[in-house]
Formats: sequence, structure tokens, C-alpha cells
Amino acid sequence: MTDDTIKERIRTFLFKHIKDNELSNDENLFASGLLNSLFAMQLVMFTEKEFQVKVENEDLDLKNFSTINAIDEFVRRKL
Amino acid sequence: MEIQLVGVVGAGVMGRGVAQNLSQSGFKVILIDVSEEILKKAGEEIKQNLRFQVMMKKLDESQTPESILDNIVFTTDFKLLEKCDYVIENVTEKWDIKKDVYAQLETFCPESCIYAVNTSVIPITRIGSVTKRPGQVIGIHFMNPVPMKTMVEVIRGYHTTDETIETTKNLLSRMGKEVVLVNDSPGFVSNRVLMLTINEAIFLVQDQVAPAEDVDKIFKGCFGHKMGPLETGDLIGLDTILYSLEALCDSFNDDKYRPSPLLKKMVDAGLHGRKSGQGFYTY
Repeated sequence: MTDDTIKERIRTFLFKHIKDNELSNDENLFASGLLNSLFAMQLVMFTEKEFQVKVENEDLDLKNFSTINAIDEFVRRKL
Repeated sequence: MEIQLVGVVGAGVMGRGVAQNLSQSGFKVILIDVSEEILKKAGEEIKQNLRFQVMMKKLDESQTPESILDNIVFTTDFKLLEKCDYVIENVTEKWDIKKDVYAQLETFCPESCIYAVNTSVIPITRIGSVTKRPGQVIGIHFMNPVPMKTMVEVIRGYHTTDETIETTKNLLSRMGKEVVLVNDSPGFVSNRVLMLTINEAIFLVQDQVAPAEDVDKIFKGCFGHKMGPLETGDLIGLDTILYSLEALCDSFNDDKYRPSPLLKKMVDAGLHGRKSGQGFYTY
């Protein structure tokens, strides 16, 4: 998977729920108030389904899902 | 009597939350529903909720989502209630459906078992009347989402004994809940007022006074409510709101509780709110 594909797929998913077209890859999705923390689980489930990776109990940390870069890094580690 | 095994009847929105909360608090749980499909979804949802708690660092270190799920038996077999000390019933808010469930409970539950009716509108005294143990029938009105909401309304039926109330308070305290005890009356305190509020908010949308988002914005901005009435309606389930209003209308014979035609139309169309993916908002 190329460098950009993962991030693009994450963006596509996020833009169904966020209206910020200028969202940068290192912007904290939750701290900025763009996403409700309840959405975190939907993000986890999207990651598992979209990239066919298993998010183990140890991986369940908001840090792994708080920015596009973080999610991208997490997915790469798992692939 | 220290309660160990709790039967939870009905694996819908409330039942699964009650089961999760009980298991997290150290109880063993039998979660019963008539549908295998619903039980499967309940298991999946509980698992995701627990994983969410792990993420928010709200789970005890000694617990994992798997260990908590292990304490819940998912089944369609009412016979397993034979060993329960306490049963919490959370089936659909319709008298005919609840009545049939209590007939089953009477068949299988031990004599000392307490029945807690998780209802927002059905009179507790009436439930007591279809059992041989009205003194052991009590109402617990849990709020949604059950694991996160600490306050509960507990309702004393006409015959509910002090012992039943005490046992219930202890159980709820172990679940991390705070209790307000009220007397039996249709809708109790919370729902009698809340259903009217939600219904009237729906009338506002129906009468095109303001769109749903704006109605909710006014309550959140002007009154500091966490959620507006229409968001709340979607969360509870618009079908549940409709049944509740019909029950209130029926109990009081007062048409101030008559459901808005828009609400009836939405329920007929399958727009039940969060649980169906679409209500006043899309999920």
C-alpha cells in the first residue's frame, strides 16, 4: 500500500462525519472538538474493517486514533 | 441476601446495558431474549462498549472485555432463571408483551426471586397483580446508556415491601448507581415530564416552527441541556417514545399525551432513531 493510500482512505471515512476540508494529518480529532469521543469506537471498527487489522486490547488507546498520522502509523505496524 | 446471579430479560438497548453494567460490577448474568439474532448483536455491542471503555481508560485493571463477557450467559432458555436471586426485566414497553414475560418468570423463577421492572411507563402495581409475589415486584427505571448513567429512578409499587426496596438499593449501589425512590404513578417522575417535552418538540417540527437541529440547539444553548429533546428521542428510540405516550394517554385518559402525527408517521416508516440508523438525525 502506498504512502498516501491509507491516509486517503482514512480521510474519506472521516469526511463523512467532519465538515473540515482543511483537516491536517496531525490535527487531534478529539481534542479539537471535531469528533465526539463516542466516535472513537466507530474509528476503531472502521480501521479493523477497512484495513483488515485486529485492534487488540493493548492497542485500544486514544493515542493510536487521535490523528490521521497516528492511525496511519498504527495500521502500518499491524500490516 | 447477597445477590450473586441476576437474570436480565430482554437483550435490547436497555437489557444489554444492564447486563454489561452488572457483569462489570462482579455479578454473574443470564441474558435472555427470544431472538438468537438479537442476543448475538447484544454480545457484539457489549464487546464494543467495553473496548471503548478500555480506550477511555475506564475499565478496572483486573478486567478485560473478554473476562466481563465471560460472566454473561446469552440464551433463549427461560429455564436458566431457576437459579436467579434477582431478575431485571427490560422487554418492549407494551403491556401485552410484558404480561406474557411475567407468566414465564412465575413458572421458572425461585420463590424468593425479586422482579425488577425496567420500564419508563408501565405501572409497577399492575405488573405485581399478574404475579403471586407483588411484594417482591419493584420498578427500576435505568437511564440510557446504562453503564454511564449513575442516577436511577426506583419505583415502589403499592405492595412492594421494605425488604425488596433494601435489597434493590444494595444491588444498585454495587452497580455504582445513585437512587431516587418515587411512588407508583404512570410515567413516574422522569417520563411523565420528558415524554411531553419530546412530543411537544416533535409537534414543533411538524408545525414547521423550527427544524430539529434548531429546536435542540435552543435547549442546549439556553438551558444547558446536554442533549436536545429530539436527540434524546432518537437515543431512546422513537418507537419507545410512541408506546410510552400511548401508555400515558391510556393511563390518564388525558389527551395532552396524544402522540404527534409526525411521530406516528416516522415510527410507521421505520425511522426509529439511533437504533435504526435514522430518526430526526442520521446515524
